[in-house]
Amino acid sequence: MTALPQSSSAHGAMPHPASAGGAAAPTLLVAHGLVRRYAMRRGMLGRAVALRAVDGVSLTVERGRTLGLVGESGCGKSTTGRLVLGLEPPDAGGVTFDGQPMPPLGSAAWRRLRARMQMVFQDPLGALDRRLPVGAQIAEPLAIHRIGAAAERGARVAELLRVVGLRPDHAARYPHELSGGQRQRAVLARALATEPALLVCDEPISALDVSIQAQVMNLLTELQDRFGMGMLFVSHDLRAVRQVSHRVAVMYLGRIVEEGEPDAVFREPAHPYAQALVSALPHPGALRQRIVLQGDPPNPAARPSGCAFRPRCPVAVALCAREAPALQRRPDNRMVACHLAHGEAALRKAA
Amino acid sequence: MEALVRIAGLGVSFDGAAALRGIDLAVQRGEAVGLVGESGCGKSVTWLAALGLLPGRARVTGSVRLGGQELIGAPAAMLDRVRGGRIGMIFQDPASSLNPVHRIGRQIVEALRLHRGLAGAAARAEAKRLLDQVGMPDAARRLDAYPHELSGGQNQRAMIAMALAGQPELLVADEPTTALDVTIQAQILELLQAIRREAGMALVLISHDLGVVAEQCERVAVMYAGRIVEEAPAAQLFAAPAHPYTQGLLHALPPIDGPRRKLASIPGGVPEPWAMPPGCAFAPRCPHRIAACDATAPALEERAPGHSAACLLAARTVQEPAFA
Repeated sequence: MTALPQSSSAHGAMPHPASAGGAAAPTLLVAHGLVRRYAMRRGMLGRAVALRAVDGVSLTVERGRTLGLVGESGCGKSTTGRLVLGLEPPDAGGVTFDGQPMPPLGSAAWRRLRARMQMVFQDPLGALDRRLPVGAQIAEPLAIHRIGAAAERGARVAELLRVVGLRPDHAARYPHELSGGQRQRAVLARALATEPALLVCDEPISALDVSIQAQVMNLLTELQDRFGMGMLFVSHDLRAVRQVSHRVAVMYLGRIVEEGEPDAVFREPAHPYAQALVSALPHPGALRQRIVLQGDPPNPAARPSGCAFRPRCPVAVALCAREAPALQRRPDNRMVACHLAHGEAALRKAA
Repeated sequence: MEALVRIAGLGVSFDGAAALRGIDLAVQRGEAVGLVGESGCGKSVTWLAALGLLPGRARVTGSVRLGGQELIGAPAAMLDRVRGGRIGMIFQDPASSLNPVHRIGRQIVEALRLHRGLAGAAARAEAKRLLDQVGMPDAARRLDAYPHELSGGQNQRAMIAMALAGQPELLVADEPTTALDVTIQAQILELLQAIRREAGMALVLISHDLGVVAEQCERVAVMYAGRIVEEAPAAQLFAAPAHPYTQGLLHALPPIDGPRRKLASIPGGVPEPWAMPPGCAFAPRCPHRIAACDATAPALEERAPGHSAACLLAARTVQEPAFA
């Protein structure tokens, strides 16, 4: 507990490489085989059923780069975000941050790590305390992690406000006195206060209007260019994910079914679910043939045998019911978990 | 041509603050009209006012005519017959629009009794037919399901079945897919199109999602701060937007292919109803603002056939459609 202030500010100074980009970005966070189960009860007297919200997710976040995580509600993308931050412990698998395994939840080392990884949520009004001016809320992480002298914190808050495009006089405002976009900026300023190396954004723009969404997406990209933090961008919005991500992973029922470069995945999705997701996207001005999936998103408590997407899949074969496909790398470096996507590749090679 | 619904000079204010400031809009029979804009622009209030669904403190002025009938100030009994009868409605969150303590079937039967005078076995058979029509899986059994036993997409299907029970000439859909997942959104939009084709019903689609509106509607009206700022055939609006606000909205949408660029966001935010700029409400955020913009609010004027914009500069920027 003693050497905290120095060590955390020393860490804080780290995520400032000159700029993002470059071919091989250094690895910041590795998650391997994450599993998270919840016990769910059907009705008041029903038996508890194990629900696998996250079912073997492995991912890597690099410094200065963004991994986009897309999927529909209940696919486990938000739970993955919390597991990656160490906000809840995985039932299997683990997380390595900066080469070190995630310390046990609640330990001193774990608390120290909070300063280096921050989260931004969907609803900025819910993430802010309505009874405190935003300036005080932005200064709070500085006090908690004992960064800087108390007297310097006012200047630091003003600087943070400027960084996110607010004015220093916004510090005295209460959350309800700000617009939705300004609130999300204030949340970002608070998240940046400790100069985190990792930012997990869970649907950070979904609650905002279109014109404000663009402002926040631009801001996230600018901040990353400037401070070089790694980002995990969790969203159901394919356009937003493509805009801010360097890599994208598509989740379905607790598993990653496809991962690759955003342009490649969105232009030529390989997994049938990713194909449906991309084709469901409305295009102003362009009418195209759309793959409309039948049925509802599946219930994680009643996972189908074999491939979880099989009951809705337009191209499923008998094998899909027997065996769950593993996430495998294709020759073009795309990761896909589908028997057929790999079968096709094999056929092409043979021909 | 006699419009199915004609809104003229519709204004709404809450406690003296104007939420709608003169809306003129016509919906023809069988036509799909999109209403887009950001939160607070008045796109939902327009239809809530038209159907007499606003709370008592709202002051409504102007006129909404359905066929020959005036709806503004009409007696409650008449509005009760119109709502769910000639005009059906569905809303964003189906779970909160359905009654949680009644079975789906009972709620549809109630609509059938009120608007078509059906009862007993005939009403139940018709309710099942409606659920089949909206693609509810296992419709006969779902009649006895409660809303919480259904998924979001299924609840929206039930809502649509209920709205169709009165055989409406117009369906007003207020953000019908916003609370749903993308793949379910695709299902519901396809369903709405199919119903419209079969029943020849007109559709007003209220949405913040330009893409959804572009695909579903023949004509689109863009709203900003309580006014319609642009109205055009959908293809033309997206190919050649005339109002700087529409242009801004389209540019703010991240592209799904092509090069990635910094998004052209619209600076600032929507003005509050009690602090409206004196002239054009969009002027403070507009990249093309000139002094005259602050003098008076520009009127919605036709710039090309079927294409109107409320902007002093749009006269210069609007293009003739490349195709006729």
